[in-house]
Amino acid sequence: MPSEPTLSRRTVVGTLAASAAAVWLRPLSALAQGSPITKPIPSTGERLPIVGLGSWITFNVGEDADLRDECAAVMSAFFAAGGQMIDSSPMYGSSQAVIGYGLNKLRRPGALFSADKVWISSGDRGPGQIEESRRFWGVRRFDLLQVHNLLAWEEHLPALLAMKAEERVRYVGITTSEGRRHEEIEKIMASRPIDFVQVTYNILDREVEERILPLARDRGIAVIANRPFREGALIRSVERHPLPSWAREIGAGSWAQVILKFIASHPAVTCAIPATTKVAHVKENLAAATGPLPDAAMRRRMAADVAAL
Amino acid sequence: MPEWWTYGLSDFLLFSPRTYYRLLEHHNRAMWPAQLLVAGLALVILGLLRRPTTGQGRIISGILALLWIWVSWAFVWKRYATINWAASYLVPLFVLEALLFFWIGVARGRLIFHPRRNAAGMLGIALLVLALAFYPVLAPLSGRPWEQAEIFGLAPDPTVIATLGLLLLLEGGVRWPLLAVPLLWCLASGATLWAMGSREALILFAAAFFVILAATRPTLRWRKHEYS
Repeated sequence: MPSEPTLSRRTVVGTLAASAAAVWLRPLSALAQGSPITKPIPSTGERLPIVGLGSWITFNVGEDADLRDECAAVMSAFFAAGGQMIDSSPMYGSSQAVIGYGLNKLRRPGALFSADKVWISSGDRGPGQIEESRRFWGVRRFDLLQVHNLLAWEEHLPALLAMKAEERVRYVGITTSEGRRHEEIEKIMASRPIDFVQVTYNILDREVEERILPLARDRGIAVIANRPFREGALIRSVERHPLPSWAREIGAGSWAQVILKFIASHPAVTCAIPATTKVAHVKENLAAATGPLPDAAMRRRMAADVAAL
Repeated sequence: MPEWWTYGLSDFLLFSPRTYYRLLEHHNRAMWPAQLLVAGLALVILGLLRRPTTGQGRIISGILALLWIWVSWAFVWKRYATINWAASYLVPLFVLEALLFFWIGVARGRLIFHPRRNAAGMLGIALLVLALAFYPVLAPLSGRPWEQAEIFGLAPDPTVIATLGLLLLLEGGVRWPLLAVPLLWCLASGATLWAMGSREALILFAAAFFVILAATRPTLRWRKHEYS
């Protein structure tokens, strides 16, 4: 089990109250499945379920009404299972508008933790892009805004931090993917007051374990793990093998759950954000956030076995 | 873009194959019965190639200019750009191609299409047949429904390939300014289809390759004494 940082009494009381409210407001189906495990955002202690929802490719369905409804159904199942964080970006085509459509259809679920990004080479045009994104989502303000792939971060990051100071966004972060620009990510983590860092991390892509995840723990920065399934390629490569015997020990009934439990059990990781177009898959993903998580010894065994496949 | 060498084609694919092909399906539904109109225009082009009349080049150029504008507006801008923001940057190129056909072919009357029995001529006809007859059946041949058929004059790929075929039939040799945009589209759309895992990418790459070959190899160029 991941160790957790010391919390203040105020944070604990607040979190307990929020959790009680969340349980009270959550649909019965979520309670039947079991509430997802949560982890605290280190900078505030606010807790988030360890599995979120990504929108890269899967939610970029344009104006296709049937596919928009499919995405809304995925979001509905996500919230019903206790999910909170949905992540998107202006880079993801129509994904933001499709999320907004889904939120409207679901009558604005209160559990939503909205995570979006600024992705534009001009610092001056960042605020305009953020405002456009906000309108697509239909939210009053974003919970988290991140500088996407460090694009023009020198200009965007101060602007996001200023927005946070004005309470126009709750958290600020930076992102990268697939191992790019890790040195720069480390420098920013070490020198700037960011709340979140988003990196690629899964049972095969483990480079961040060396420096970035320990640094995140030291600096009290929440970690979002993107591309948990390598856009599905990781699942396709392992699913021809039977589930290892240890899968039952960690309560995993599928390879997707094995991978998600591996990611989320790292002490520094706050949540993983798998993307999907299927209701069954989002239920399966959220179910991975329940039950036991592997300990350090099991994690080593899991990584070794999967690498050997 | 920093560390550009670390990016692969799949990093630039913003949508799933399912979404893309359903886009074609919705486009076909929305355009109906324009399919009949563009089929008629295709027959006009084929008729004018078989029996050239006065103003043949102007009529074919006018049809091509119209279809390039139409495809750029109705498909690339109104539909494709909703799932691929990069497509919006290609719309001005489609408009440029239409303007070139209008200016060179319609206004100045400098384009005359004349099929010949040499390599370039045969390739041109083959590309026309590919675009007009083979592309619509690619969807069912690939296991997709008929409703997702790609039709000349409505979808960009067959329109571009038919244009390349017609450009190989021009009297007076290669017109590089007119070839540039269709060749660029072959590369862009081919790369997208390749990232989607679609074998149709090979058609676009092969078309571009053989058109460039036919346009650059002296033995494939038309000579004065071949004109009839």
